[in-house]
Amino acid sequence: MARTLYEKLWDEHVVASPDGEPTLLYIDLHLVHEVTSPQAFDGLRLNGRSVRRPDRTLATADHNVPTDPISTPVLDPISKRQLEALEENCQEFGITVFPRGHENQGIVHVIGPELGVTQPGMTIVCGDSHTSTHGAFGSLAFGIGTSEVEHVLATQTLPQQRAKTMAVTVNGRPPTGVSAKDIVLAIVAKLGTGGGAGYVIEYRGEAIEQLSMEGRMTVCNMSIEAGARAGLVAVDETTIEYLRGRAGVPSGNEFEELADRWRGYVSDPDAEFDAELVLDASQVVPYLTWGTNPAQVVALSGVVPSPDDFDDLDQREAVSRSLAYMDLTPGTPMREIPVDVVFLGSCTNSRIEDLRAGAHVARGHHVAANVRALVVPGSHRVKRQAEEEGLDQVFLDAGFEWREPGCSMCLGMNPDQLKAGQRSASTSNRNFEGRQGRGGRTHLVSPAVAVATALLGRFASPDEVNA
Amino acid sequence: MKAVQFIEGRAVPLERSDVDTDQIIPSDWLKRVERTGFGRGLFSEWRDDPEFVLNNQSYVGATILVAGPRFGTGSSREHAVWALMDFGFEAIIAPSFGDIFRNNASKQGLVIVQLDQVDVEELTQLIKESPSRLVIVDVEHLRVEVPETGWQRTFTLDAMTRERLLNGWDDIGLTMRREASITTYEQTSHAPSLAGVFDANGHVR
Repeated sequence: MARTLYEKLWDEHVVASPDGEPTLLYIDLHLVHEVTSPQAFDGLRLNGRSVRRPDRTLATADHNVPTDPISTPVLDPISKRQLEALEENCQEFGITVFPRGHENQGIVHVIGPELGVTQPGMTIVCGDSHTSTHGAFGSLAFGIGTSEVEHVLATQTLPQQRAKTMAVTVNGRPPTGVSAKDIVLAIVAKLGTGGGAGYVIEYRGEAIEQLSMEGRMTVCNMSIEAGARAGLVAVDETTIEYLRGRAGVPSGNEFEELADRWRGYVSDPDAEFDAELVLDASQVVPYLTWGTNPAQVVALSGVVPSPDDFDDLDQREAVSRSLAYMDLTPGTPMREIPVDVVFLGSCTNSRIEDLRAGAHVARGHHVAANVRALVVPGSHRVKRQAEEEGLDQVFLDAGFEWREPGCSMCLGMNPDQLKAGQRSASTSNRNFEGRQGRGGRTHLVSPAVAVATALLGRFASPDEVNA
Repeated sequence: MKAVQFIEGRAVPLERSDVDTDQIIPSDWLKRVERTGFGRGLFSEWRDDPEFVLNNQSYVGATILVAGPRFGTGSSREHAVWALMDFGFEAIIAPSFGDIFRNNASKQGLVIVQLDQVDVEELTQLIKESPSRLVIVDVEHLRVEVPETGWQRTFTLDAMTRERLLNGWDDIGLTMRREASITTYEQTSHAPSLAGVFDANGHVR
């Protein structure tokens, strides 16, 4: 019987499926960070339990690390305590950990792929909803809560209900200037914040196939913004070439044998999905969000919507609330809205390709007066590579801050925060109220639009920079 | 986990849709390494507004929260569940929920009651008319009722979640009964592990 990729991944990881109980699924890789793990480790200690497979567990500091130079201390005592707790817990339970400043440290969803420990056919979990990122490699990857973190630490398994499958097919090629971020914003806008709930999404079609691994990660990353716990892309030669030579994979014949097995992680041609959404890539344009949830999307060339544009009474109320919080007037062209802060970073858009796209726009220009612009590479490896390519100097010359890696202003757990009333153009994934700092107003954009916006001081596309 | 069979208490109408977990507990609270004390951070940005419903004296001490569609979307933070429970909530009633939030709630014994939107709206009206009205969430019989008015609806929970709530079972303990199956699976799996990839200091070998 023809199976979807999700069904193949599921079937391969069933440990037990007892009657009347959820299926017990094996977890191949458990990624851990400082924020959602301390209470789980406490739980283990309390019950005298150990970590079943430290060799399938990898930890890094990312969520609350300051992005100031590594030589400066962590000033927030609560953050400091949490970072120390991660190191102590990993030491006690025998888990490899990358603390702040370590050469392999970075955002958990950036380091897994770049170290080659994220591999096709795996089940991967992490106490973070953007774990969906790793699905770009044809692996089943999803976010879990702290109780489940403890469960995986203790048993290397999770009781799971099988999800429904949804194909999101993006046909054709996008116009020049349209990035993976624009494609996923278009998808989230179509599905809404709940449209993917209960589903695992497989992204497919020419527009997805022609994306780099970085682009596919950007798309899978935001699956959760449409309510889906996991996103998938089938394995192809792009996947295999990305992984070749990375630390976590073997070399030579052993790699070729592994790659042959990986090529099977695709949906069968006649496999059936429970739902499908079809998009035409040629109709995708540069987008940004205007409101307080990631489905509130508008074209960069568009205007702030009005509550009257919506039929549903509840939706009109929600739109009015969002407009009030965002301090926006319906009908205002998006391109006329000034910003205070620009953030290029996060697990959505902080990889080398994102930094290259941003630097390409920034080269030879300068950040507008009164705009603070931050570039936060996703990891030390990304940062080092960018520096080898001279991208740091391009950003510094253009007036951007070049910072140390971490989650940073995506969620404002470290000192990189918006002040109340400030408006940001951000390459991150969530524009929730207060997400980047209490009272802050977030607009989600692609790296190229973020940088163009920083240079012109208002929402702008790269082609306006040289005009 | 504490067993929960029957919740009887007053209910608060939140009347908002898309309440993401960043709203339930802002990230500033996530730096803590403890599991308790998050109630003070619950909806903390909204609680500054004196008009916010949790600041309304007639709802003080309520144990049931009634919310709009897509409650608990976004971040996986279980802190959202800890905050709701620490504040005193024992059940959340809404038309739909974020998947990860729903899972997290079931691990802690916070009862998730999904009703049709029109039923949630009716219930909201009943508790707005008279905030002192008692609402019952009966996990055993999968029923929500407002005894004073005779209003009654049923809801569904998967069989295992219901059993676990009724008995207060610990998920890890349940899984450990499958120890032999896990070991057998591990012997046949060829998924690579991290063994040999990093040295003791986390550097690539």
